[in-house]
Amino acid sequence: MEKFEKLRSTAVPLPIEEVDTDQIIPARFLKATTREGFGDNLFRDWRFEPDGTPRQDFILNNPIYGGQILVAGRNFGCGSSREHAAWALYDYGFRVVVSSFFADIFRGNALNNGLLPVQVPESFLQGIFSAIEADPKTQFLADLEAQRFTIEATGQSTGFDIDPYKKMCMLNGYDDIDFLLSLKDKIETFEQSRKS
Amino acid sequence: MGKTLFDKIWDAHVAHQVEGGIDVLYIDRHYIHEVTSPQAFDGLRQRGISVFRPERTVATADHNVPTRNQHLPIQEELSRFQVDKLTENCEAFGIRLYGLGHPYQGIVHVIGPELGLTRPGMTIVCGDSHTSTHGAFGCIAFGIGTSQVEQVLATQCLMQKKPKRMRITVDGQLQPGVLSKDIILYIIAQLSASGGTGYFVEYAGSAIRSLSMEARMTICNMSIEMGARGGLIAPDEKAIEYVRGREFAPQGADFEEAAAYWQSLYSDEDAQFDKEYHFRAEDIEPMATYGTNPGMGIGVGQAIPEPPANGNTHTFLKSLEYMGFRPGQKLLGHPVNYVFIGSCTNSRIEDLRLAAAYVKGKKKAENVNAMVVPGSKQVEKQAREEGLDRIFREAGFDFREPGCSACLGMNEDKVPKGEYCVSTSNRNFEGRQGPGARTILASPLTAAATAIAGRIVDAREVK
Ligand code: SF4
Repeated sequence: MEKFEKLRSTAVPLPIEEVDTDQIIPARFLKATTREGFGDNLFRDWRFEPDGTPRQDFILNNPIYGGQILVAGRNFGCGSSREHAAWALYDYGFRVVVSSFFADIFRGNALNNGLLPVQVPESFLQGIFSAIEADPKTQFLADLEAQRFTIEATGQSTGFDIDPYKKMCMLNGYDDIDFLLSLKDKIETFEQSRKS
Repeated sequence: MGKTLFDKIWDAHVAHQVEGGIDVLYIDRHYIHEVTSPQAFDGLRQRGISVFRPERTVATADHNVPTRNQHLPIQEELSRFQVDKLTENCEAFGIRLYGLGHPYQGIVHVIGPELGLTRPGMTIVCGDSHTSTHGAFGCIAFGIGTSQVEQVLATQCLMQKKPKRMRITVDGQLQPGVLSKDIILYIIAQLSASGGTGYFVEYAGSAIRSLSMEARMTICNMSIEMGARGGLIAPDEKAIEYVRGREFAPQGADFEEAAAYWQSLYSDEDAQFDKEYHFRAEDIEPMATYGTNPGMGIGVGQAIPEPPANGNTHTFLKSLEYMGFRPGQKLLGHPVNYVFIGSCTNSRIEDLRLAAAYVKGKKKAENVNAMVVPGSKQVEKQAREEGLDRIFREAGFDFREPGCSACLGMNEDKVPKGEYCVSTSNRNFEGRQGPGARTILASPLTAAATAIAGRIVDAREVK
């Protein structure tokens, strides 16, 4: 996993609520057996016509917007547990997703792949959408160490929560598996204790 | 202070505690399938490690398999490749596989309980969000991502923060024609698609206790659709008797010893929940969804609501537009051209029996394309033995071989663009059953009756 400390970037607004992982990456694109390449089909059915031509009305096809931060409506990532959703967002180039609420499994999957979920209050989220509307080139700063997300144009900022352990993992680029492997003895002891 | 059912099971599985309130949770049973496991096995290879406890993982091919001619090689190249990859990985890492053609193959959440691999008191995970199904037996069962599949393969453990506890009590008696699917669609409509986020739900109350194990699985299955990590029900005699004698259940004295422990798994009277809800079974109508998340459900006789005052009108109207509905419209009587009876929510023998009992001697409406997909090879076999396949065929339904099928449209079983499908599955997301498909979630009885009538009917009124 890649380290994440800070990111300064413009953002892509997706003011839709309840974006489920079937929209992020539809099931018919889950046939690959590696982690790469899912970005091509990110938001496939919103982004492309069935014949593959880009849909002009979808935000990712609008050249005015860009950047490594995706800002979306509440309950982002609900539905299927497919980690492919996190891979697709990452593969496309996003490193931060901002929403006022994240579905549990998606949040975990994102953190396990170096994609930072930043949960902000609903009013702050609306403030971000307004800031992008006013100026699509407006910059945002996601600072993991300080746990702050800032709208640079206005200086408004908000704190966000992250589990201390997960924060340590993201900052150092560690994943759970490295840690769990270091606990093998403890796990074996636990197994023994259950048998007796 | 007393403990909840959830806490009793969780606490018994904490192998180690990490600073900051994260538990290393030991996993008793791990199910895997072809879609969410290949990258996990690759991860093991890259690290040069083996599977820590291969006997605790069981694999099947379900998401991506055809539901016709399963004895022949899979035609679609990518699907075949993915299914072959699972076979290779299971061979290489010593994991038991019930692949295509095996008499135990089927949807992972159908075969686990049916083989006695799922038992009360266990922790169970799978790279699939509907793993919550197994909670019907009094298990902590939840879906995980592929990185976590790799963790479980490597260490049999997961790093987990303990979720909050919610209890949903449903007391009273259901109206005739109202099924457990209606109960859960009703609950999700009340709590919304995110109302359970951060919680593990215990279902309780007389209406829940009166349900069969199959019906309980339908309820626990859809816990994730309100955002909850999982749902569970205290194991009782019914649960114990369901497990008894199954292929991989303990036998003889071992079984009795286990059963004694299972009986201790309930929430103590003074146990505290972080949130509680109470519903009356009598208030529940046959349900159907009108929108593009499972929280957008109403009683079939009700009108589609106006956009919620405190919600996002844009999202709500976008959803209705996708469905071709408008506020104020009724679902009852709405013409439907596709009916799907299947998925890990409603593809067990009881679901098929119920649907078959209704369609027996009737004919599907001309306009309807009706498909029945049993949840497993064993369900299929049982259905054939009972002559259900013939009943379905005589009524004009297509009776297929097991798999996830039109629940997620990964194989060729898709609903065409713009068409309505009354489906017994669990998700009505945009494009879930195929690009542009319009899914209406409902019970197997509502689905069967809709297939006969060619339009949505009230299951309380059908004979
Ligand atoms: S039937 Fe549907 S919900 Fe169930 S495991 Fe298969 S794809 Fe998932």
